[in-house]
Amino acid sequence: MIKTDILIIGAGPTGLFAVFEAGLLKLKCHLIDALPQPGGQCSEIYPKKPIYDIPGFPEILAGDLTTNLMEQIKPFSPGFTLGERAETIEKLEDDSFVVTTNKGTKHNAPVVVIAGGLGSFEPRKPPISNIADFEDKGVNYFIKEPEFFRNKKVVIAGGGDSALDWSIFLADVASEVSLVHRRNEFRGALDSVEKVSELSKIGKINLITEAEVVGLNGSNQLESVLIKKKNSEEEIKETDYFLPLFGLSPKLGPIADWGLEIEKNAIKVDNSYDYQTNIPGIYAIGDVNTYPGKLKLILCGFHEAAIMCQSAYQRIFPDKKYVMKYTTVGGVHGFDGSVKEAKKEVVKSIN
Amino acid sequence: MSDIKLTIIDREGEAHVVDAPTDMNMNLMEVIRLHELAPEGTIGICGGMAMCASCHCYINYKELVLPEKSFEEEDMLDQAFLVEENSRLSCQIPITEELEGLEVKIAPVA
Repeated sequence: MIKTDILIIGAGPTGLFAVFEAGLLKLKCHLIDALPQPGGQCSEIYPKKPIYDIPGFPEILAGDLTTNLMEQIKPFSPGFTLGERAETIEKLEDDSFVVTTNKGTKHNAPVVVIAGGLGSFEPRKPPISNIADFEDKGVNYFIKEPEFFRNKKVVIAGGGDSALDWSIFLADVASEVSLVHRRNEFRGALDSVEKVSELSKIGKINLITEAEVVGLNGSNQLESVLIKKKNSEEEIKETDYFLPLFGLSPKLGPIADWGLEIEKNAIKVDNSYDYQTNIPGIYAIGDVNTYPGKLKLILCGFHEAAIMCQSAYQRIFPDKKYVMKYTTVGGVHGFDGSVKEAKKEVVKSIN
Repeated sequence: MSDIKLTIIDREGEAHVVDAPTDMNMNLMEVIRLHELAPEGTIGICGGMAMCASCHCYINYKELVLPEKSFEEEDMLDQAFLVEENSRLSCQIPITEELEGLEVKIAPVA
């Protein structure tokens, strides 16, 4: 069981900055995120896009903002559970919470903060009516272990980098690789596109363009896919695996079933005070929350993080009184022993 | 500059005739959100950068007056499903006077 003071669900900019604000109050944080890397949307959707409304930064790339936040919170040594989705929450007798991920990792903390943005990123699933029946029975949205596909027939669908890169990689592993794509053009990096074209010419990749996989067949395990071409021609292709690689999209997911008040796909919080939800001890900050006048801006998430930490401190230490101190005055004392302080003025008297 | 009228068919198939301002630098995705014709969190996830495909829609009428698809838009449509000849990302369609009478259907959630 991982134990911490504040358990943060979501490692986007708001969740990361909450670690800093908590650290100033000597509270330790641990973050859970479904993505394999921190940064949330900033690193998953638009790392190379500029943001112009972070106070003090006339322009900063979303990816650089993540890097900077990670540097800023380093002294407070946050823990991370990455690539796992927070699944269930349970309240213990001592009023603390246990949050368990989809992989069974358990986390215990007196305060839970949901900074989940638009939810956890899940693979986009093609609208094929029986696709769920074949999940893990021939249909995979991720490739964890490429060796799994050795000497198997594989059909990959998609036109982006991951579809191209996996087609190239599996061309040497699988017995047959087919790549099905809606258009003739591919979106990936130039050398990946060229490589796929090369492999297609020597018959290592079976390129099926202007086409879509529209059906799946098999008794228990996937046996074939139905491919529909632009000219309405249909083709049944025997295969062991179907790998739809269409990127990720965020879904609120299991958090929606935690008994929290939800409005417009977001969690209602008390914005007159501390961004607490209807369940005492569970807070929601950043894009995932809603209240009258809510603005889904990173800068609002930062503000909410700071306010939330004050309330979390009172919940964890009901008998203590915290006096806010400016970092310029108090410095930053990391849990790793590091100290950042304003330089003292050199004073010399003249006799 | 004044408002134009658009017909937006929501994901349940219901048609809504709405006003859209031409002088507020808005795009079609923002008009759909303004009138709450698709649930929050299911449309305009990336905020209008053509970096997700959540604002995918079908243009039923007036397709020809729309600006051509950019490279980025065409690319992102690859991550959408049920893509048709008249598919567009509504965040890439600025509201202009030429769009008066446009009819658009919001694509299903991917």
